[in-house]
Amino acid sequence: MSGHSSSPSSAVSRRRFLANIARAAGGAGALGLVVGLFARQAQSLPAQVLRPPGALAEGDFLAACVRCGLCVRDCPYPTLSLADIGTDVPVGTPYFIARRVPCEMCDDVPCVKACPTGALDPALTNIDDARMGLAVLVDEETCLNMQGLRCDVCQRVCPLINEAITLEPQHNVRTGAHAIFIPTVHSDKCTGCGKCERACVLDKAAIRVFPRHLAKGRIGEHYRLGWVEKENKGESLIQGIVDLPDRMPDNVTIVPRGPKP
Amino acid sequence: MNAKTVPGQDAVKAKGWLVAHKWLLLRRASQFAILALFLAGPLAGVWIVKGNLTSSLTLGVLPLSDPFVLLQSLLAGHVAAGTALLGAAIVLGVYLLVGGRVYCSFVCPVNVITDGARWLAKRLGLPKGWQPPREARLWFLGSVMVTALITGTMAWEMLNPVTMLHRGLVYGMGYVWTVALAVFLFDLVVSRRGWCGHLCPMGAFYGLVGRASVLRVSARQRRACNDCMDCFAVCPEPHVITPALRGADTAPGKNMGPVILSGDCTNCGRCIDVCAKDVFAFDLRFNNRAPEKGAQDDHEISSTRHAA
Repeated sequence: MSGHSSSPSSAVSRRRFLANIARAAGGAGALGLVVGLFARQAQSLPAQVLRPPGALAEGDFLAACVRCGLCVRDCPYPTLSLADIGTDVPVGTPYFIARRVPCEMCDDVPCVKACPTGALDPALTNIDDARMGLAVLVDEETCLNMQGLRCDVCQRVCPLINEAITLEPQHNVRTGAHAIFIPTVHSDKCTGCGKCERACVLDKAAIRVFPRHLAKGRIGEHYRLGWVEKENKGESLIQGIVDLPDRMPDNVTIVPRGPKP
Repeated sequence: MNAKTVPGQDAVKAKGWLVAHKWLLLRRASQFAILALFLAGPLAGVWIVKGNLTSSLTLGVLPLSDPFVLLQSLLAGHVAAGTALLGAAIVLGVYLLVGGRVYCSFVCPVNVITDGARWLAKRLGLPKGWQPPREARLWFLGSVMVTALITGTMAWEMLNPVTMLHRGLVYGMGYVWTVALAVFLFDLVVSRRGWCGHLCPMGAFYGLVGRASVLRVSARQRRACNDCMDCFAVCPEPHVITPALRGADTAPGKNMGPVILSGDCTNCGRCIDVCAKDVFAFDLRFNNRAPEKGAQDDHEISSTRHAA
């Protein structure tokens, strides 16, 4: 009996129902976009911000870290903190700044053991294998060693002294009689703990630890270093190079350096 | 403000103030006890619980993790290590037993803020404001998960006021108080019960868990109901009450049991407190055939009520 009278009203309620769904879906979509854009913006870390040992690559880390702070709690030093909002570090994620408090490289890696999600990779059991960043002598103009002085502090505090940082002697042209001991970082050993940056005696550190992707160059795949190839093969790759005549201006005479062939 | 606008007065008269606030007091005690457990370590050096609500370790052995956060992590492309998965399974198991949104009412720190906003809004006589549909939170939950999938990060965790507030409380507030204030103002002026009742995707998630949870509120003495409406007035999700309380009145054959089955119900127990007639009690979801001895009895009551 009510069939006739109810159909217009049910059409109206259906229309309202669909409109409500569309509104909710649209609202949720818009919110999702805002959240997504916000998350994208918050993804690039400042260069001085370092992740705890064993942290996955930044993109994976942000998918894995639940921001519980258990790594912070189990760190025996005041190294790690969780990011506050309003900073450039994704909120709640653990980080440290080497110049403030570096990583002390505990043998038992308690921060990694504390991580419940694997955002700090449990495969890292030897702290010397950590790659939190890479030390770079960013300012040769102020580094005391580069002036020919014997500061050496960065090398001396390095937990992997003479492996991660070595002092490479070079002739001091200014005095003509002394050596410059260049602090040299070796990326295959440096864990990025930041003790060198912390210890640098300058007002602003000349040696700093950067995330590896900022600190490390990469040689082109096609590049071949002749002397390396020669050593690998045991002889020159190309035998019997034809010595072409040198073309020089008329008034220049060539004095050959080596013994004549 | 006249007496009728303060719900629960009849219950106070009938049962005494303490009994008429039993679940409210227990709930606040639970909220603050949980917070105190988390704070005992950093503040007093008593390390019973480490971490925060997203993931914690109790007494060095019991891992607990938030399944809502871990689901985002999973969709963002990371399969969490065993500890976190075990922790999430335990949490999920517990909420399947005691009610999904028990998280909202007995654990979540934001609840104190939004309850405060509601109390003040009523006190000031502010209008209800914007009331988006209750399903909005489900859509929002969906979009949080899709965003995690698309961006490959836990995007919502950059904004989530729930996890942010608890982390702030435990690890240092910083500017997190601004988020708490934003939620408070939103609930106070823009939308009454807007955050917890309409938008929060975390609440929506635990609401889905609650759809299967064992412990529920039951209107098992619903024949004693005197239609004072106090339960509706205090309930944060009043739509959940109707089917259980008035279910006997629906058309024959569609007879609803007295158990509140909706996942939206937070099991806060406030309806139990404010009912002078003790209509409500905690019960198991399976006891949906009331002590009124089944549908026939219900039907009798509904017909007597119609006749009256």
